Amino acid sequence: MARIFAYIAHKGGVVDDSAFELAAAARKIDPTASPTAILAGWGADLDAACKNLSASYPEIWKIANEGLAYPNAELIRKGLTKVLPNNSIVLVAHEHFGIDLAPGLSIKLNSAFVSDVLDIAGVENASLNVVRQEFGGQVSAHVQCDISSGAVITIRPGAFKMQNGAPIHGTVIDKSADVGALTAGRRYLETVVAEAGDVDITKHNILVSIGRGIQEKENVAIAQELADALGAAVGCSRPVVDAKWMEKSRQVGSSGKTVKPKVYLACGISGAFQHLAGIKGSPFLIAINKNPKAPIFQVADVGIVDDLLEFLPELTAKVHEMRTVAAK
Amino acid sequence: MVGIQFVTLWSVAARIVFVLIPLVGIACFSYIVANRFVPLLRAQRDLRFDRPLLRLWRVLKFWLAQWKQPRYLLAGVLHIVLFAGFLVLLVHSFSLVMIGIFEHFVMPGFSGRVGDVYSVLKDYAATLVFLSVVIAAIRRAVFKPARYAVPEKYGKDHTAEAVFILSLIATLIVADSLFEASEAAAQAQLGQPVDFLAALSLPWFLKNVLLSVPLRALRSLHFGAYLVHEVTFFAFLCVLPLGKHFHVITSLLNVYFAKLDRGTLKPVRWGVSEDHLDQVKSFGVKTFEDFTWKHILDFYSCADCGRCSDNCPANAVGRPLSPRFLTLKARDCAFQHSPIFGAPSNGTPLVGSIYSEDEIWSCTTCGACEEECPLLQEYIDKIVDLRRGLIDDGNVPQSLQKPLKALESRGNPYGKMEKKKGDWTKAKEFQQTCNVRVLNGNGGADTLYFVDSITAYDDRMQSIGRATAKILNHVGENFGILGAAEKDSGHEVRRFGEETLFMALRDHNVEAIKASGVKRIVTADPHAFNALKHDYKDVPPVEHISQVIAREVKSGKIKFDPLEKADNVYTYHDPCYLGRHNKIYDDPRDVLDAIPGLKRVEMSRSRDRSFCCGGGGLMLFYEPKEDERMGVKRVRMAAEAGANVIVTACPFCMVNIEDAIKVAGMEGKMTAIDLAELVDQQIAHGADVTAKSLLNNSLSCHPEQSEGSAVLAGTATDSSSLRASE
Amino acid sequence: MEILVCVRRVPDTSENEIELNSAGNDIERDDLVYSINEPDNYAVEEALQIVARVGGNVTVATVGGEDDEEILRREMAMGANHGVLITDEAFGGSDGKGIATILRAFVQKGSYDLILTGVQAEDGGAQVGGMLAALLDYPFASLVNSIEVLDGKKLKIGREIEGGNKEISEIDLPCVLSIQTGINEPRYVGMKGIRQVASISIPTFGVSKLGLDPSAVGEAAAKVKRVDYFIPALGKGAEILHGSREENIDKVLELVAAKGGLK
Repeated sequence: MARIFAYIAHKGGVVDDSAFELAAAARKIDPTASPTAILAGWGADLDAACKNLSASYPEIWKIANEGLAYPNAELIRKGLTKVLPNNSIVLVAHEHFGIDLAPGLSIKLNSAFVSDVLDIAGVENASLNVVRQEFGGQVSAHVQCDISSGAVITIRPGAFKMQNGAPIHGTVIDKSADVGALTAGRRYLETVVAEAGDVDITKHNILVSIGRGIQEKENVAIAQELADALGAAVGCSRPVVDAKWMEKSRQVGSSGKTVKPKVYLACGISGAFQHLAGIKGSPFLIAINKNPKAPIFQVADVGIVDDLLEFLPELTAKVHEMRTVAAK
Repeated sequence: MVGIQFVTLWSVAARIVFVLIPLVGIACFSYIVANRFVPLLRAQRDLRFDRPLLRLWRVLKFWLAQWKQPRYLLAGVLHIVLFAGFLVLLVHSFSLVMIGIFEHFVMPGFSGRVGDVYSVLKDYAATLVFLSVVIAAIRRAVFKPARYAVPEKYGKDHTAEAVFILSLIATLIVADSLFEASEAAAQAQLGQPVDFLAALSLPWFLKNVLLSVPLRALRSLHFGAYLVHEVTFFAFLCVLPLGKHFHVITSLLNVYFAKLDRGTLKPVRWGVSEDHLDQVKSFGVKTFEDFTWKHILDFYSCADCGRCSDNCPANAVGRPLSPRFLTLKARDCAFQHSPIFGAPSNGTPLVGSIYSEDEIWSCTTCGACEEECPLLQEYIDKIVDLRRGLIDDGNVPQSLQKPLKALESRGNPYGKMEKKKGDWTKAKEFQQTCNVRVLNGNGGADTLYFVDSITAYDDRMQSIGRATAKILNHVGENFGILGAAEKDSGHEVRRFGEETLFMALRDHNVEAIKASGVKRIVTADPHAFNALKHDYKDVPPVEHISQVIAREVKSGKIKFDPLEKADNVYTYHDPCYLGRHNKIYDDPRDVLDAIPGLKRVEMSRSRDRSFCCGGGGLMLFYEPKEDERMGVKRVRMAAEAGANVIVTACPFCMVNIEDAIKVAGMEGKMTAIDLAELVDQQIAHGADVTAKSLLNNSLSCHPEQSEGSAVLAGTATDSSSLRASE
Repeated sequence: MEILVCVRRVPDTSENEIELNSAGNDIERDDLVYSINEPDNYAVEEALQIVARVGGNVTVATVGGEDDEEILRREMAMGANHGVLITDEAFGGSDGKGIATILRAFVQKGSYDLILTGVQAEDGGAQVGGMLAALLDYPFASLVNSIEVLDGKKLKIGREIEGGNKEISEIDLPCVLSIQTGINEPRYVGMKGIRQVASISIPTFGVSKLGLDPSAVGEAAAKVKRVDYFIPALGKGAEILHGSREENIDKVLELVAAKGGLK
């Protein structure tokens, strides 16, 4: 089988969690071989990131280039094209960078492309079988990918679990010279940080998170009252922000904030992966949803099938009751 | 009253002046009015020339008899007095002007007996007008009733304008009275026969005051009073078209041309049939030029009385809409648009300049404004026309785009599948006892139960559908539903300005109705009722379920068991499209009063003054900026009236009121029930039922027993419901 | 500026219930209603707003069949100047690269300054835009949520990245951008507008007009194929509480306190 590479995203010297998930995915594709990590960047941060990986990857290719101090997918694609051997299989995390990099990379490498893979079903001759979802996660599909001339595959974050194996002592190989000078038609200017809202949801231990099920702006108060009673903060999923019922700073998800609470109450949230991607650290997840078939019940620890508009106020009342009793 | 010799009022110089003033005055007035009239000629057509007898009758009722005025008692009485006084004084005013030119002028037909009677009338008329004007001025300037207030965003206060006009009127009356009084006083002093002045009238008082004033002074007073009257009269005439008092002149026309058909909407373009609508490039009102002449006449005729906004529910909850200012802003735009002096301007879009989008979308079309306006002004047509313009330009809030798109693809605003439209009949318990037939074009039913979208798809409202079906069964109605073939009635689609989509929905439904072969239609949804009655053509006659129940209560087919809980207090909330727009107030009340043990109270705002629950159809999806929900206000009104159960006869009212009960924190203290649900609950299936009908559905169509709140036993209160979300 | 927006007709997710058909090999397509892929609609609106600012034309194109014409018409009712249907039997079964190859051929027949696509369609592929750019050798950016025209040669764009942050870049024209939802508020397309464009003729482009080699596209050339649809067997999932509401509330509070929640 062809060589498997995992493109690793990193920031400030720390690699993304996806690095280890990609390793797990690679092993599922080819249990006999170890994947090679490949990183691009510049300076001390890049070196620290490479060092980070040496416990999980036997070989780590480093592309250091001043122009890559900020990860510009257009430049990185050019670099990877110069360095990757023919017919490689390249794994990338399916998030904003992967979406930017991977499709074009598959063209330049003249290989197949399949995105947002959740599971590897197996390899048959030169055909890789994967599992994907369509229609916003409502159905799953088996997809066959011809990997005879390699493939670029983006992996859904969180779909493959990190494996703790015996520590490897990986070597870092500098491929910068093979890359040479890089230019592209797109140049990074700056990052505009999201406006800090009044509340920083990443700092709370309990989050009461609301989704489309809250139905209208006025009902957000119901969640707020519960949050106040519990000493928690209110977060939300993307549709709530799109409808302008809450500020963007409250959004939990791949394009919002990443949170690590101890307890997460998902109220009226269906469980789309983009939202779940923002929940890290395996909190205790309680889901309240009117729809017993909501995907959230697959990932929650405890589920309640009920109307959140009725459940939450009663829950709030009970909390107040408990506190009054405790105060006596 | 004429021909006094003691003063040479009619010297040549004087006469020239008294000819010139009227001439100049009339010339100015004509110029101004012509200027005001020109935009009407250039405006869109409006076909108002039909049914002249009916229009004349309405002029007699609403203009002459001032029918709507007493709805606000004090102001109404004051106005009636002013108006009647003005009418009476018309002849006298004309005579006065003529006297300046022909000193012995007497109005033809007013000599002799008629003249004497008139003389008395006019004196009292003048006095009453004067008193009214004084009271009115004190009321405006001192007491400042709330409805005249001008919120900051709309500009300066109007009290000065009002008091100014009132002073002009007072000046006219006083000048005229002094003119007569001074003459009478002089006659008295000279020992001549004194012109008759009605006892205790203003001129009479002034005469007595002036009795001891020297003749010379009287002479000057007489001349001066006349001059003042002349100038003021023509100044007043010219000022009328410049502001809200234009209504003095235009009111008669405004009432004559007023809309005759309640509940209907104006077509996209008068005189353009639907087949030719594709030739109309631009729908709706986008710039001032798009208004019809009647709309512009409305703007001119607005008397700034504030009664519309005082009753507007959107205004009451702090939405940006105020019907009064909708009109006044347009009026000012009209004035700027073709100014008295200067070049006319045109083409500026109204929304974005004088109107905001939210203002236009805020209206629930409840009709309270139109019900109140003493001049019979129309608002709904204008709002709909403005919405048509916004839709035409694609300028629609995102929250409304989704349900509109769903209506286009699926025929209902929720995006639910057509084949599931009849699923409400399949509830297990219900289906065992009550089999609702879906009409499939093979005939077999006389009556169609038109369910419409919310009742068919909303979990909570489906119980209204089931209750209605059971009632129809009980009275032996041979009915069916259209099921998947029924699309949304399109009532709100039309009122939100999407005329083309409405026509598509309507045409589909009309075909399905015709194919079913039914002879009549019943619905429990007042919006569907209004649509089928007024928006649809060529469909069988339609009734609301409350009318059917009321009739069958009277006929004895429906008898009621007494209420289990006797201590609830019920109040009936009039849905806008059953009550105000279609005048069905008594049938639901008669039904409630026929239930033994039911205690009923009236809210202070009921019948044609009912307060809108918040609106239906697409309005449920719109996200308004408001201080409070209309439903919350309404629920508090019910509590104030002493009720703890609100009965309504509209699924949208039910949605809004049940939501409001929660939002207002009144759960456990207030409940809501639909009329059909209550009737179904209380229908007696007792001893008068024969064995044969036992085999039919009636006996076993039990009212749905389910967990309810503590307030009402046996009420179906299924809490899950479908609102503005997927 | 000449802008091309590549659009796609998909089953509308909010107005359909996506279920497997009885054979279990596809979704039930009988009762589906279709509309334009939502991100594509945002892309068309963005294109319309750009030409309203700087002048130019908007062309919408789709690779498909007769049924797909309806979305071209809808976007033309919205304001697009031209609609193009790229259709040929040979295109059936193309994978993402195949579609991108077809679109490249079309782009090369015209002269577009800017090419927009929606970030992804119902299959969640998120690939055609990036592939098209690479085939054309145009610069690319995905998840674009703001566009500012700097001059005839460059744009300043924003991309949606993690944490709600925005990555600002400069990009040379001609380029390809994939557009994220929420970039603007698309205007409403009324039924009247749709009726008015109902009979406009829509030009078509096939294999020969595009000068394509049929073996480069279509099913035979596809390296990626969907084999089936299925609903995965539900795993253990959450422990569903089956008590009364009161009991559930008590349990929830117990758990929240136990898991280190309540203060």
